[in-house]
Amino acid sequence: MRIADKFAELDKRKEKALIAYVCAGDPCAETTKEIVHALVKGGADIVELGLPFSDPVADGPTIQAASTRALKAGMNPDLYFEMASSIKENVPLVCMTYYNLIYKRGIENFARDCAASGITGIIVPDLPAEESGELQEACRKNGVDMIFLVTPVTTGSRMKHILDMTSGFVYIVSRLGVTGERTDVAGSTSNILDRIHTDVPKAVGFGISNKEQAAEVIRAGADAVIVGSAFVNIIASGDNVNSRIEELASQLKESCR
Amino acid sequence: MKRSMYGKFGGQFVPEVLMPALEELEEAYQRYKDDPEFLEELDYYMKEFAGRETPLYFARNLSKKYGIKIYLKREDLVHGGAHKLNNTLGQALLARYMGKERIIAETGAGQHGTATAMAAANMGFKAEVYMGAKDVMRQHMNVYRMELMGCKVHAVRSGSMTLKDAINEALRDWVTNVENTHYLIGSVVGPHPYPMIVRDFQSVIGKEVKEQIMEKEGRYPDSIVACAGGGSNAMGIFHPFIGEKDVKLFPVEAGGKGLQTTEKEALHSASLCVGEEGILQGAHTLILQDRHGQILESSSVSAGLDYSGVGPELAYLADIGRIKPCNVSDEEALEAFYELSHLEGIIPALESSHAVAYVMKMAKTGELGDLVVISLSGRGDKDLEAVFKLKEEKETTGSEENMEACL
Repeated sequence: MRIADKFAELDKRKEKALIAYVCAGDPCAETTKEIVHALVKGGADIVELGLPFSDPVADGPTIQAASTRALKAGMNPDLYFEMASSIKENVPLVCMTYYNLIYKRGIENFARDCAASGITGIIVPDLPAEESGELQEACRKNGVDMIFLVTPVTTGSRMKHILDMTSGFVYIVSRLGVTGERTDVAGSTSNILDRIHTDVPKAVGFGISNKEQAAEVIRAGADAVIVGSAFVNIIASGDNVNSRIEELASQLKESCR
Repeated sequence: MKRSMYGKFGGQFVPEVLMPALEELEEAYQRYKDDPEFLEELDYYMKEFAGRETPLYFARNLSKKYGIKIYLKREDLVHGGAHKLNNTLGQALLARYMGKERIIAETGAGQHGTATAMAAANMGFKAEVYMGAKDVMRQHMNVYRMELMGCKVHAVRSGSMTLKDAINEALRDWVTNVENTHYLIGSVVGPHPYPMIVRDFQSVIGKEVKEQIMEKEGRYPDSIVACAGGGSNAMGIFHPFIGEKDVKLFPVEAGGKGLQTTEKEALHSASLCVGEEGILQGAHTLILQDRHGQILESSSVSAGLDYSGVGPELAYLADIGRIKPCNVSDEEALEAFYELSHLEGIIPALESSHAVAYVMKMAKTGELGDLVVISLSGRGDKDLEAVFKLKEEKETTGSEENMEACL
């Protein structure tokens, strides 16, 4: 499913979107499918499936640990695409990964494999706009959205340039730092949202972990909230994972209605 | 060619949040690199604090034994015991001109961390250094040295707990504190403009060699040999000679225990020799990776060469054939460590021992010509404990083997 169609559907229902991140293959390939099912059942509208990389510089300790677990359990790009094809939920799937894995597979091949396995968006946190030409071209050819990030220090012409390039949604990093749960989300979010003028849906991530924060971000004007580490922590605990994932997703989705 | 690229290598593969900082750094560097006041101050630090210029020493005994003229560029005599201070003084001064308050750095063996701590203490910065937990254990005296100079050392426990992970963690810190912090990268690696800035500050090595060898020999050397991990001393001594086509340039990588790789790790650190193109820590370069693109852990007896990537400009120069990548094994480097100590009374760092070893190995082949300069990038005092342990292990296994033979 394309991301734009999902946002159009939500628009009709006057809802905002919940975007959930989990790392594929954490703790093993078989469980990811069930976890995605629980996320969607709970109310996730878009699922970001992390393809784990050995050196995830944009991630905090929670997602680093998840990547390590997944790699140890044998996750790799071949298995990843196989698994993605087997997911039959009615939500867009977005691949989040680091550039070397894309480069190594071949940029064109990677975009094609995404499209073929039902992945309709790509986020690459270590690929800034300046270096993204080839991947953008490959994504366009294959009908995959390329989602760019903006941050509190992205300003002026840079901001405009990135907003022109992003498709699907724009990923707004609410504060400086890496991924992970934080307490201070609201203030910086409304600051940056005020500076972003675009027709593309605005999704805020990095640091959001509970329904109160999600509600604040939506109130500040976001079209979507992105939650990752909070789900990953539940997976890491190994305790009653699917039902707790579903429960958290449903609480967060409440804040989006 | 984009300004940030060396041929197809280089670039800026970093999170968006760092792009404005890289832009700011490049602007500041372009503004100050030719600024008379900046240069005068840098010159003062280089001379009075670092102890430049360093001698170009004719290694008489080594030359006699190997039958060619061998000069050593004595970077081991720079304050702190290695070439690393050339770069940290330059970047710390730049950070001061940029109005930054805090400096962070990564370190492998602790040499760059120590050089950062020195520059930071002297210029009044708050400094924090990221170091792999494994390296913290292996190099605890260097940790203490840094702490003595008021630097906070963070032991990094993620990944392989070595240099690569220390860089990741420093990048994460920078992503978080980019507004008041300068990330002082220690080698010619990372996103543009770092490979250029570090190369330029280290080029003082090659510039001095040019004048010194002219004075002593009336001509340029036939070859220059330098060890290469990330490649900062190599780029520093090579760069002023790039245009001198008759001077052969040899970066010597750590061949470790052989050029093989297992599923998770390489037994070496020879990215220029056997690495493949990829993107690591901000740059498109040659890296050690598996078939999916996951980064392999590297290995070397010398912590300073133990890195899965290499500077993008070196990858470029190798690609166009201007430099000739080569490597020597742990064993050969150790032999050179002993040889130089015995013959010249100079204990080389294990890193620099790789360059010495290559010259010992190739002197008789004619490949190097008859006038060679070795970049003696650091002194070996920091390695004594490690070498001593290796010697003991060898003796123990040796005597066990003897006992087995007796039984």
